[in-house]
Amino acid sequence: MKVPEELLYTKDHEWARNRDDGSVMVGITDYAQDALGDITYLELPEVGGQVTRGEACGVIESVKTFSDLYAPVSGTVVEVNEALRQQESLINESPYEEGWMFIVRMSDPSELADLLSAQDYQALVAE
Amino acid sequence: MTETATQQLALHQRHQALDARFVPFAGYQMPLRYGSILDEHRAVRTGVGLFDVSHMGEVEFTGAKAGEVLNELITNDLSKLVDGQALYTVMCNPEGGIIDDLIVYRLGDDHFLACVNAANRPKDAAHMQQSVAGRCQVVDRSDQYVQLAIQGPSAVALMERIAGPSVSSIGYYHCRFGQIAGARVLISRTGYTGEDGFELYYPVEAAEPVYDLVWENGRDLDLRMCGLAARDMLRLEARMLLYGNDMDDRTTPLEAGLGWVVKFDKPAFIGREALLAQKESGPLRRLRGFILETPGVLRPHYPVYLGDRQIGETTSGGPSPTLGKSIALGYVESACAKEKRVEIEIRSSRHLCTMTTQPFYKRSGGDS
Repeated sequence: MKVPEELLYTKDHEWARNRDDGSVMVGITDYAQDALGDITYLELPEVGGQVTRGEACGVIESVKTFSDLYAPVSGTVVEVNEALRQQESLINESPYEEGWMFIVRMSDPSELADLLSAQDYQALVAE
Repeated sequence: MTETATQQLALHQRHQALDARFVPFAGYQMPLRYGSILDEHRAVRTGVGLFDVSHMGEVEFTGAKAGEVLNELITNDLSKLVDGQALYTVMCNPEGGIIDDLIVYRLGDDHFLACVNAANRPKDAAHMQQSVAGRCQVVDRSDQYVQLAIQGPSAVALMERIAGPSVSSIGYYHCRFGQIAGARVLISRTGYTGEDGFELYYPVEAAEPVYDLVWENGRDLDLRMCGLAARDMLRLEARMLLYGNDMDDRTTPLEAGLGWVVKFDKPAFIGREALLAQKESGPLRRLRGFILETPGVLRPHYPVYLGDRQIGETTSGGPSPTLGKSIALGYVESACAKEKRVEIEIRSSRHLCTMTTQPFYKRSGGDS
C-alpha cells in the first residue's frame, strides 16, 4: 500500500498535496481505491464551487458500492480532473498522480495543520 | 453474522493463494473478488471464468415417492423430466410467496437433487422436512459437495479437456456424471451468468484435485477466477433474479416475472390456490428492468417515479460493463408496468431510465 511521504491525509482516505501557492490538489489514497475496487463513475465538485473541510463534496461509485468524497480543506474549487470523466480507472491505476480529482484554493491554510502525516495515515490503515 | 461464525470453503487456501478478498456470506467466507471485478466480468463474457460456489446448498430426495413429493413443493412440473435433466423452479409458501428459487436435477426414477440458495438452507430444509413428512428421504448434503461454475464461451473447450469431448453433447439444463481427477462429478449445463457453461458438483474429499485440474487446463485459455461480485454483475445483466434482493417470502413468482415456472395444470402444489387467485386478479406489482440513460449508477432501494408519483423501487442495481450504462431490477405498480420511460432517484436527484421486460444482455446463438 503506497503512502507517499510528501502528502497529507484525512481519516476518510483522501490525500492532499500542498502546491505551495495557496492551493491543494486532492485525491483518494491507494488504500481507498483498493478497498473500493474498480471505480466506474464519479461526481466531482464543480469548478468555482465551495467545499468545506470534512464535508462531502462528491461521490465515488465502484462496481460494488459507493462512497462519499470529503474535502480535506475548505475553499474554492479551481480545477477538476476532466480526464477522469472518460477514464475513472485512472484512480485505480494511479491514485496519487493521474488519478487526482480536484484542486482547491484554500480559504484557511491553517487547516492543513489538522491533516494527517504519511506516518499517521499509515498507522491508521494498519489498524 | 460474526467473523468467527463463518466457515471456510474447502478450497479456501486456493483462493487465498490467488489473493482473494473475502466477504462473509450465508455463513461462509466467500471470495468477493480476486483482482479487478471488471476483468473477471470480461473473462466470462469473452473467455472463461471459474467460480467456487460451494456455499450453495444441495438437498437430496430419494425413495419411491421422491419425485411425486418433491413436485408438491415446487411450482414447475417435475413429472415431465427425464433422467439427467434439470429444472429451474421456485418453492412457494401457501400464500404464494417465494421460499426459494432452485434447480432440481432428476438423477433417477427415485433420486433427485435440489440446488438451493446458501442463505436459505436452514429455512428450506425445515420447510421440506415438514411438507415431506417422511414420505421420502430428504437429506441436506450441502457440506459434502463442492460446487464449481465454469462459465463463458470457452467453457466447453475447457470442459472437453478435463471430462472428454462428449461433454459438449450435454444439452442446456441437462446433466450427467463424469470422472474428473478420479472423482465422480455431476456435470450440469447450467449457470448464473448468461453465458454457456457448466456447474460441477463433486465430493468435498476431491475438492483440490478437481479444482487443480480445471485450473491447470485453463491456463492457456486465460481462465480467470471470479468472485461473488462479478457473478452478481453477470447475473444482473442476464436478468437472472437474486433471492433476497429481487424476490423473497412476500414476492410471488407472478410478480417476479417467473410465471413460466408456475404450472397450474400439474398436480396440486403448495401455493397453487393463492397463485391462481393472483393470476385471475392480476398481481399488483411487477418486476421490471431499468437502464439508466444518464451517467451514474443505480443501486438497490432507489425509488422509481412516474411523473411526481413513486411507483416502485429498485431491488438490484449496478454498472453494466456490457452496456456501458447502469442497470437495475425492481418492482413497479402493475398499472404503470407498460411505461417505457420512468425516473429513478439517485441521492435526491431524479434520472431518466428506460424500463424494460427484456434481459440487458443475451449471448448470441444461445439457449439462455
